[in-house]
Amino acid sequence: MTDQLAPAPPLVESVQHDAPPGDTTRRRFIGYLLATPMLAVAVRLELDDADRAAALPEPSDLIDLGDLIIAAEAAYQYNLRLDVTADNRVRFELPRLEKGQGVATALTLIVADEIDARLADTDVVLSDARLDRPFTITGSSNNVRAMWGPARVVAAAARARLVTAASRRWNVPAHTLVTRDTMVVAPDGRSATYGELSAEAAAVLIPAVPSTTKPASQRRLIGTPTGRVDARDIVTGKAQYALDVDVPGAVPTVVARPPDIKGTVITYDDTVARAMSGVVAVTRIPSGIAVSARTYDEALKARDALQIHWARGPLAGVSDATIRQRLKQINLPLTVPGILVGKVDATFEFPYVAHAPLEVQSAVADVRADRAEVWIASQTPVFALQEVAAAVGLPQHAVTLHVTRAGGSFGRRLFCEPAVEAALVSKAIGRPVKLMWTRVDDMRHGRFRPMSQHSLRATFLLGNVLSFEHRVAAAETDFRHGFGEMLTAAGAELYNGGYGQTAFHTTTKVPYDFPVVDQLLVEQDFGVPTGSWRAIYSGFTATANEIMVDELARRLGKDPVLFRRQRLETARTRAVLDRVATAGSWGRPMTPGTAQGVAIHEEYRSSVAYLVEIDTRGVEPRATKVVVAVDVGVPINPKGLEAQLQGAFIDAWSTMFRAQAHIDDGRVRESSFSDFRWARMQHSPPVMEVHVLPPTTDEPGGAGELGIPAASAAAVNAYARATGTSPRRFPIGQ
Amino acid sequence: MPIQVLNVNGSVVNVDVPDDMAMLWVLRDLLAVNGPKYGCGVGVCGACTSHLDAAAFRPCITPVSVCANVPVTTIEGLADGDVLHPVQQAWIDEDVAQCGYCQPGQIMTAVALIAANPDPSDADIDAAMSENVCRCGTYVRIRAAIKRAAAQIRTNP
Repeated sequence: MTDQLAPAPPLVESVQHDAPPGDTTRRRFIGYLLATPMLAVAVRLELDDADRAAALPEPSDLIDLGDLIIAAEAAYQYNLRLDVTADNRVRFELPRLEKGQGVATALTLIVADEIDARLADTDVVLSDARLDRPFTITGSSNNVRAMWGPARVVAAAARARLVTAASRRWNVPAHTLVTRDTMVVAPDGRSATYGELSAEAAAVLIPAVPSTTKPASQRRLIGTPTGRVDARDIVTGKAQYALDVDVPGAVPTVVARPPDIKGTVITYDDTVARAMSGVVAVTRIPSGIAVSARTYDEALKARDALQIHWARGPLAGVSDATIRQRLKQINLPLTVPGILVGKVDATFEFPYVAHAPLEVQSAVADVRADRAEVWIASQTPVFALQEVAAAVGLPQHAVTLHVTRAGGSFGRRLFCEPAVEAALVSKAIGRPVKLMWTRVDDMRHGRFRPMSQHSLRATFLLGNVLSFEHRVAAAETDFRHGFGEMLTAAGAELYNGGYGQTAFHTTTKVPYDFPVVDQLLVEQDFGVPTGSWRAIYSGFTATANEIMVDELARRLGKDPVLFRRQRLETARTRAVLDRVATAGSWGRPMTPGTAQGVAIHEEYRSSVAYLVEIDTRGVEPRATKVVVAVDVGVPINPKGLEAQLQGAFIDAWSTMFRAQAHIDDGRVRESSFSDFRWARMQHSPPVMEVHVLPPTTDEPGGAGELGIPAASAAAVNAYARATGTSPRRFPIGQ
Repeated sequence: MPIQVLNVNGSVVNVDVPDDMAMLWVLRDLLAVNGPKYGCGVGVCGACTSHLDAAAFRPCITPVSVCANVPVTTIEGLADGDVLHPVQQAWIDEDVAQCGYCQPGQIMTAVALIAANPDPSDADIDAAMSENVCRCGTYVRIRAAIKRAAAQIRTNP
């Protein structure tokens, strides 16, 4: 983590005019060779002002939120770096956060495949925050979607130069050379590794072969089931998270936080705490009182010895019931009258849910008079850098922010509170600081998936659905992590009501051919900290829709699979539904108290179906088998894809049946995994099979969040069928 | 402060800390043994699970004095040099990890399970692994890896 590269040296411009994949003549492509002795390629799209406007997608072309995010990044998407080192390693700096979703492994496959390196010779490292990539965000399941083109382009540009270097060395025509296994090979059998050629390749200004990317038919690695590239580091304990980074002298630091959400310090007495073993400093910061000590053990004990008089927070007197009631009041009315036709009405309530990644919020900061260095697992590294710079009064270019791997995120690390806290303490005490939130801090002062209320109505006549209405009232989702600036940069025409409305309307589509579909969102900020939670609005909105579709089918006396199949708009979603129905033996006889449930979801240019078998005869229900089918357009790494869909089911089960965060009189009730009832081994299905459909396009879709709505609804639909009930409030077990 | 004589992953070290310091912070903050992770600090998530002698224990709630003069094995000490323990190898073969943060604890719990029960059933696995949280939801692969490792160890004890 500490072997930082020197800042990018001045660029030597080459005169390459290769077209990026699928490109038009409008874009001129400029490859840059970095002025280093070894091959280091940075590629960027160069556009003059007129071209820049023309190259950005029209808002009407933007299909979903992922497109908006990619559009915002479009002008900067080729600000990438790939190095070929003397010891024959291909090193790609990934401007994304690896948080368990497998993006580093996926990009290793993509880069190694395109450049013709062996997987074992290819390193994907997490890029520091780059001010020349201002809208970089790991979110909306867009990592592979966004990097698919640019990563291959940069790898192809490097490969063309390596081939050219070999051609010059051997004095043979470049087009006769082939590349494989991190080598260039001549027709006469001579070969040279990329590492051997790198220095010569660095001198190639005009490649003798085109740097076009490979056609699908020539790919060797993409689509091959591959284990995580960091698996060995993980199982041996070597994988480094923020608090594992060796920053000499960094002082363990914890913060005494208020009992209330956003409570404040009135007075405090640190006399006893300061005298305790190992204590280095006590620092007041806006969020509480920070204690720094030789060890976390000593910091925690001294924190507990602080005498603090807390003021109550702004939510004193507010509880779940208050917010639930208010959401009912503000929700918009359904408008289609249910007279002269059949109708099904339903309401659903979803709770606040903590993100609760297993790695607690943490950051390391070393703030000096004229510069700062920060280590944090961030989904929005430039935003985090800007927050730190502003907090400690340094210009942005004086702050270096290293992105460390994350121990889970689920949306939580879109925000970066610990980086700011660590920087403030470091500045105050003049030493590097490693700041950790405790689990209780994380549960009580973290952010939450917003509570929501749903009112739905479907009308029908003679078995035909006429209308499908959905009104969502939710606690406002906090997007103040640079999202607004990003949407503006994307040229997105914002929906009335701003970022939340834009995100809602670009993510929550009803995939059926119902003649009238009308979904509306109303939000209110209740002061409970919120944040995007895996699948954002779809997590509850599309889940509610798919439960409603089952209730509608039941009302019409139709089979849930057949009902969906006849009304789905896309062949891709029909195909995944058919696959789970077949592979999961849909409709097989089931014992009373057990049942199957099904649901689908399409988003991120991908489609998924879940078939869940449930047993409700025990003390609590348990999913006994889960069958998933998925179409992501181009599966990059089927093993990683399967993992995302398996994990999504555990999220779904936990949120629909077990876990929530309660607000009691302005405080969060839960404190740890003892009362935040996340699913454990004994709550998880012993069998989960995932069917990855073969490529259906040449554009990969997203997958990290894809499973949440369908998994959630399928599990609830199974429960409803097994018990003959219609669940209305989640989690069911509460 | 008392000198604690510790045996961590085969190395004997002396540390000068109070008797009641939680072993997790001795390992992480003083010995730079970072494999055991903090996830809760109260023994409910299992991310720090390691072995005290041959038994799985929770360093986050175990005072250092309890560990004095008893062999402590963390995830870093599980492999035999470059040769992974069969449970670690099974974790790679089943591609278990997502974010990886809980996996050192999961692996150490699984090693203790298989040592006590060479052929664990699904119910045995449910019970033994019930106090290790995986927030990414890798349970189905953990289950498969435990069965694979147990079979491997039975064949090749």
